[in-house]
Amino acid sequence: MNLHEFQARALLKAAGIPVPEGEVATTPDEVEAIAKRLGVGVVVKAQVHTGGRGKAGGVKLAKDPAEARAHGEAILGMQIKGLTVEKVLVVPATDIASESYVGIIVDRASQRPVMMVSSAGGVDIEQVAAETPEKIHKLPIDPRFGLLPHQAMALAFKLYDDLSHVRQAATIMRQLYVAFLQAGASLAEINPLITTPDGAVVALDAKIVVDDNELDRRPNIEQLRDASSEDPSEVEARDAGLSYIKLDGNVGCCVNGAGLAMATMDLVKFYGGDPANFLDIGGSSSPEKVVAALNIITRDPNVKSILFNIFGGITRCDDVANGIVTATKETALAVPVVIRLTGTNEEIAVEILTKAGFEALTDMDEAVQQAVKLAREAA
Amino acid sequence: MSIFINSDTKLVVQGITGRDGSFHTKQMLAYGTKVVAGVTPGKGGQQFEEAVPVFNTMADAVAETGADTSVIYVPSRFAADAIFEAADAGIRLIVCITEGVPVLEMTRVLPYLRECGVRLVGPNCPGVISPGQSKVGIIPGQICQEGAVGVVSRSGTLTYEIIHQLSNHGLGQTTCVGIGGDPLIGTNFIDCLEAFEHDPATETIVMIGEIGGTDEQQAAEYVAAHVSKPVVGFIAGQTAPPGRRMGHAGAIISGSSGTAAEKVAAFERAGIGVMQRPAEVVSLLEERAS
Repeated sequence: MNLHEFQARALLKAAGIPVPEGEVATTPDEVEAIAKRLGVGVVVKAQVHTGGRGKAGGVKLAKDPAEARAHGEAILGMQIKGLTVEKVLVVPATDIASESYVGIIVDRASQRPVMMVSSAGGVDIEQVAAETPEKIHKLPIDPRFGLLPHQAMALAFKLYDDLSHVRQAATIMRQLYVAFLQAGASLAEINPLITTPDGAVVALDAKIVVDDNELDRRPNIEQLRDASSEDPSEVEARDAGLSYIKLDGNVGCCVNGAGLAMATMDLVKFYGGDPANFLDIGGSSSPEKVVAALNIITRDPNVKSILFNIFGGITRCDDVANGIVTATKETALAVPVVIRLTGTNEEIAVEILTKAGFEALTDMDEAVQQAVKLAREAA
Repeated sequence: MSIFINSDTKLVVQGITGRDGSFHTKQMLAYGTKVVAGVTPGKGGQQFEEAVPVFNTMADAVAETGADTSVIYVPSRFAADAIFEAADAGIRLIVCITEGVPVLEMTRVLPYLRECGVRLVGPNCPGVISPGQSKVGIIPGQICQEGAVGVVSRSGTLTYEIIHQLSNHGLGQTTCVGIGGDPLIGTNFIDCLEAFEHDPATETIVMIGEIGGTDEQQAAEYVAAHVSKPVVGFIAGQTAPPGRRMGHAGAIISGSSGTAAEKVAAFERAGIGVMQRPAEVVSLLEERAS
């Protein structure tokens, strides 16, 4: 789960990291009022879950409250990469002497949290990694001991020469590691970490991504979820225990298991079609999940055919068949459906489906080809 | 022969009285797995299905039965502790089926297991099966067949699909290992490739990967340098959009890294036969083996 900048800032602040003042606004009136209260030039920043906000015009400097209000009007409601901006963060404009990057990720290769620092701050770290990897310094952290003081100091010396800067940055790194653990994060970064003309080291922008598997034991983090910033179908799918990602094609896919779901999408493409979505109904299925899945898929107006691909293991084919029959009893499907199922209770499923007037296939390639053909004919 | 488990494997089930644990223990017993013990705190002294003694702790279960392998079905918030408990009790192979174990917990679990010299398969995996000998986990026994193909995969049902294709064409398996779809896992492709290479009964190897991370790329380099047996592979997620998690916690393209295309290219460089679609596994294997 991605946190907004203002949420990530609050977590850093709680860990003791110096963060400039700032408040969240949802209307131009509020933007103006906050700018007045801060009493200096301000920056109005769109709060959406995507990078590249600045390039898209979602971050603007204002010299007075009237200009801040005008920026608020322009940014609130604007679309950035398909996401509507509903909140802005208003912060005082800060004089910047230097910009660095400090971040922690869980590294798959070393199987540890890794602290990364770079003197090339304020730009996309992926870009730095691609173009000037020598400017990034990494340190794997032993989770049993945490980030030790001398390790943080050594990293901070990669960023600064001034000892006061080094000490401040080392403290911030150790505080960031604590915030990272407390949030159950898979990524926590400060970009940029700046020095001000008067010698302070300050976190100007923050990003935290929380491991979804941590949420059930961290209600304080879970309540930061902003469903309005997510695709409504994906929210509905999550609530139903499904994993769904909308794509641009016209063959709706309903599959059990993430690997098989990806392989099914790939096979749709292989046979000349385009998948409309990724959808995994999960391991232990129930007819209710299948009903929810069908509702979500059929709401996508691009969908011209629906493909079920079920390999019964823990998932029982008869559960899926019952779900299909239940869902289509209430409202008949407007698009053709192709059903492939094999494995646990396959025979019972075929009987249920045949009785309800559906044909059931057992071969994956045959089913995919048929679904692609039907979608093409309807398009 | 086989890898990791065989007909001598003595299994203890952690979470034997739970919904998933009890269902799959019955399946494993029916398959012929030697399930010698189960553990559920507070249910010590009971018998599961009048066949398996239940203990309160792993230490008791191992002391009483001599179990050497454990399988974990406990809910995700107890899974990391269950892994530590199994290692402390002297278990040599731990198979964690549970999905949803936080990755930060795995950063603490994995170094501990390395120190103890214990192998973990998973988490978030379908387990291991050596057809005709033993099944530890949830891979459906009826789709497997005894034979000479070693199968290793990050997926669950996609693995079943490929095993099904193999068995339907008379290509049985020595062992099928589902290593799991999480970013941090105990046993990776290379561990399995090494074991298959040294298993005299395994003649060919099927490797099923997906987007995210660089395990497949490293495995490809390992194959080129150390594996003499024919290997064929498949990568799921050619059509996956970047930056989105495709169901599995580890299946995500970060920036430009972890794409299906780069993994396929790594396979090809290493001389691994790449399937365009799962159904090609049989023809590719036959071509490579001849």
